Amino acid sequence: MSERDPDRESPRPSARERRRRRRPGPDVNRGNLDSHLRPRESLRVIGKPLRKIEAFRKVCGEMRYADDLALPRMLHMKLLRSPHPYARIVRIDTTEAEATPGVHAVLTGRDLPTPYGILPVSQDEHALCIDRVRHIGDPVAAVAAVDEETAEAAAERIVVEYEPLEPVANPEQALREDREPLHPDFSATANIHKLVSLRFGDTDAAIEDADLVLEDTFFYEGNTHLPIEQHACLAHLEPDGRLTLWSSTQTPHYVHRALAKVLAPFPASRIRVIACHNGGGFGGKSDPFNHEIVACKLALVTGRPVKCALTREEVFYCHRGRHPVLMWVRTGFRRDGAITGMHFRTLLDGGAYGSYGVASTFYTGALQTVTYRVPTYRFEGARAYTNKPPCGPKRGHGTPQPRFGLEVQLDKAACALGIDPADLRLRHLHPPGALTANHLRVGSMGLRACIEKVVEASGWRERRGRLGRCPDTGRARGLGLACSSYITGAGLPIYWNAMPHSGVQLKLDRSGGVTVFCGSTDIGQGSDSVLAYVVAEELGLDPFSIHVVAGDTDLTPVDLGSYSSRVTLMTGNAALEAASRARSLLARAVGEELGVPPDRLAFAEGRVFDTAEPEYGVAFAEAVEIAEARFGTIGTTGSYTPPPAAGRYKGAGVGPSPAYSYTACVCEVEVDEETGIVAVPRVWIAHDIGRAINPTLAIGQVEGGVYMGLGEALMESMRYREKRRVIHRHPSMLEYKSPTSFEAPEIHTFLIEDPDPNGPYGAKEVGQGPLLPIPPAVANAVYDAVGVRIDEVPIEPDKVLRALEAKARGKPARVGPRRFPAIPFPDPIDVEPPASLRTAADTPSEELATP
Amino acid sequence: MDRPVTRRCMPLRINGETVQPAFAAHKTLLEVLREDLGLTGTKHGCELGECGACLVLLDGEPVLSCLLMPQDCAGREITTIEGLRDGPELHPLQRAFAELGAAQCGYCTPGFLLAAKALLDREPQPDRARIVEALSGNLCRCTGYLKIFEAVERARDALSAAHTAEE
Repeated sequence: MSERDPDRESPRPSARERRRRRRPGPDVNRGNLDSHLRPRESLRVIGKPLRKIEAFRKVCGEMRYADDLALPRMLHMKLLRSPHPYARIVRIDTTEAEATPGVHAVLTGRDLPTPYGILPVSQDEHALCIDRVRHIGDPVAAVAAVDEETAEAAAERIVVEYEPLEPVANPEQALREDREPLHPDFSATANIHKLVSLRFGDTDAAIEDADLVLEDTFFYEGNTHLPIEQHACLAHLEPDGRLTLWSSTQTPHYVHRALAKVLAPFPASRIRVIACHNGGGFGGKSDPFNHEIVACKLALVTGRPVKCALTREEVFYCHRGRHPVLMWVRTGFRRDGAITGMHFRTLLDGGAYGSYGVASTFYTGALQTVTYRVPTYRFEGARAYTNKPPCGPKRGHGTPQPRFGLEVQLDKAACALGIDPADLRLRHLHPPGALTANHLRVGSMGLRACIEKVVEASGWRERRGRLGRCPDTGRARGLGLACSSYITGAGLPIYWNAMPHSGVQLKLDRSGGVTVFCGSTDIGQGSDSVLAYVVAEELGLDPFSIHVVAGDTDLTPVDLGSYSSRVTLMTGNAALEAASRARSLLARAVGEELGVPPDRLAFAEGRVFDTAEPEYGVAFAEAVEIAEARFGTIGTTGSYTPPPAAGRYKGAGVGPSPAYSYTACVCEVEVDEETGIVAVPRVWIAHDIGRAINPTLAIGQVEGGVYMGLGEALMESMRYREKRRVIHRHPSMLEYKSPTSFEAPEIHTFLIEDPDPNGPYGAKEVGQGPLLPIPPAVANAVYDAVGVRIDEVPIEPDKVLRALEAKARGKPARVGPRRFPAIPFPDPIDVEPPASLRTAADTPSEELATP
Repeated sequence: MDRPVTRRCMPLRINGETVQPAFAAHKTLLEVLREDLGLTGTKHGCELGECGACLVLLDGEPVLSCLLMPQDCAGREITTIEGLRDGPELHPLQRAFAELGAAQCGYCTPGFLLAAKALLDREPQPDRARIVEALSGNLCRCTGYLKIFEAVERARDALSAAHTAEE
């Protein structure tokens, strides 16, 4: 079903210049570094549909995930979790648990008093709760015992006396001053964790001047990652005083930092975190988790290895998933569909802890400006603390929710203005290299090609509004279109520092073997393979002969982790630099040996040879020997630091990225008007990936993103019984509905390859972006099919039925939130939009739109 | 051991071999496979029969090992992912899953492979609809299922070509 678009390649000399300036270094083979944008025909590994380097291990059941590990004398750990959404801990009595035969240690919050959290500004978690519990499932004590059953039985014998407090069940309650604050030290006001207010230009005046003003409220329900692998870890203190943690984590470096902080004075240099291959992450394994810290502490206390494997219910309590977001959007449009100004407000239900929430809040406002020209823009965001499992980053981190609101509102504007929704978007795209109102630098920009591709492939112009009913089922059919953009890695690290975001070391040995060391973590996306492909390409080797050592804080240089779609670009660039340096060393030594100028040597098919006389050369292993004799042990390093952000205002740290990916999609829906069930039989999606390092894996990421987007659009939701102790409605895989094979649509994927100068070989992200346009495209298609607006995700049958009933009664054919509460947003930080954008706003948009 | 645990010892036929594990009497087949026999290729995602990650074959039929007790398997042949290979030779399903990117994180993969094997053994020429149905009890969060369907179809075609060649 998948297709690629082969004729989209346009190297941009000006951008290559930028790269040259950014990459100094006397010992580097510069020609080689800059040649990474070379044409596809000259690449032997990059761009080929290869299997992943560990694929056979996975299909043979030999991949070792964290829970597959066991050590002799291993103890098992169980956490005792709070049954209350909010309560003060009056007393904990562990006497009976400690006396239980088979129990080796019992810990409570007092044993781990140091707070931690993924963001430096939100150090609001404790590994075990000390004085209060903040959500059902918050851990209060831990037991290590000879087996899981003993640990569980002993945990149940721990007596905890609670004084229940009135819980904060939703963001509206969080705004009230009469509730006990969850985190007095981390709140802006009442139970509001974070308030953001930014203004880029005179948005109010720009909106007032518009021909059409739309004001809408939208709601995007929270949902969770649901990786099939439940989190697990194993901690071990070696007799020599070194602590090792194996864990299913996406961010071993951040876990290492959190462990060092909480376990201090245990020295950070003696802590080793090994990220096992993750059995799915999607953002859900990106925080340092309480069970990881507690397992380490228990290993220190007992001197025995300690294993912890969470149950599925516990994984629901870990959560860190999609924030529920209420949105209010007011946008001005000109008659031709151009946006004059946009005012976006978001209210996030953050749950009980900060997690990545401050960043999530900024992300609900950061990327609206990156797709279409928005000359003036205002954003106000608020995140509430509530007594629910904490929300955090899930695939698309903070951006699918506003993308839903924005793209549905554009559909409404197109209808009101009588413009085809595809044309409305095509007319007002950013040109490549543009600076957005909030000072984000767009690099390559393939959204035009994406839209044109899905419009053509789906028969959009002929079929939209004319699909009628399905001849077989009689259901109403419709088409919907939406677009999006996403970051290829965050421009700034989680904690402020000036060091590289990714590092790679290469070791070349006399057998011709090459080992790549990198701190990145393979969560199924193929990051280990990307490292092997890049090194194999540069050194002319078979990628399956490259040995990759990843995600081990003792053995590998730091990579910040598998989040924000950063890995292919950042580790790819670091690997490219390390491999280029190795190649340069080998070329010098072999050149001397062969009497050939180094720049005339080629590396291919396991040989190093003279391009003028291809027969003249040496095997790669011999080249390593020659170089080792000449220079000593052969090892090189490479690292990557993103370019500095263009914006210089408080809050400018979230949104900048080395490159932005773009996506357009068309969804076809069938709506059953009797049951309200929406089915999606077909999806056309085009993704501007810059360049696909491996098209098979890239298309797999697109299809996975579509699947997850459909789950969010139609069924997935983390809901709580707000009036009944804020208990999770369905912490099980059976009741938390996710799409099965029956719901898998036909997906027509198109990769748009317009190489970006900042990406290795021009590559941009693909892991997250393709999810973003799916929910709004489904909502827009439902409107095309049955003429009702569902301004709320997920689009469940009862909402469709309610909207259809309202329509039949002549009432507004819409279901969605009606109001946005009054929030005490501070005065905005005023930042002038870039002058280039102001000029563009005065230019007739048709002119700018001409490619 | 500080706490008395009733242990059971019984013969099991697994991947063509007879083994005699001693295990805590309350353990499920999944737990015995993973914890007492070191066959960690069988995964768990819920231990409640919801996700299909622990699927194994019992006399060739797909079953969820988290819902079975070892006692239920007495005298019957259990096939786990470790038994799918023929020596070093990959089964065509394994090859197709690897080459088409049907295993992303790989965690649900053993369950899918065995469910697909049961289908192809029973019904050598299933169409897409039959494949979708046969795999509907297995959840995958990475692939969106399409690569998995394509891999089963490729293996189906490879097996049928090999079968034709043999004749």
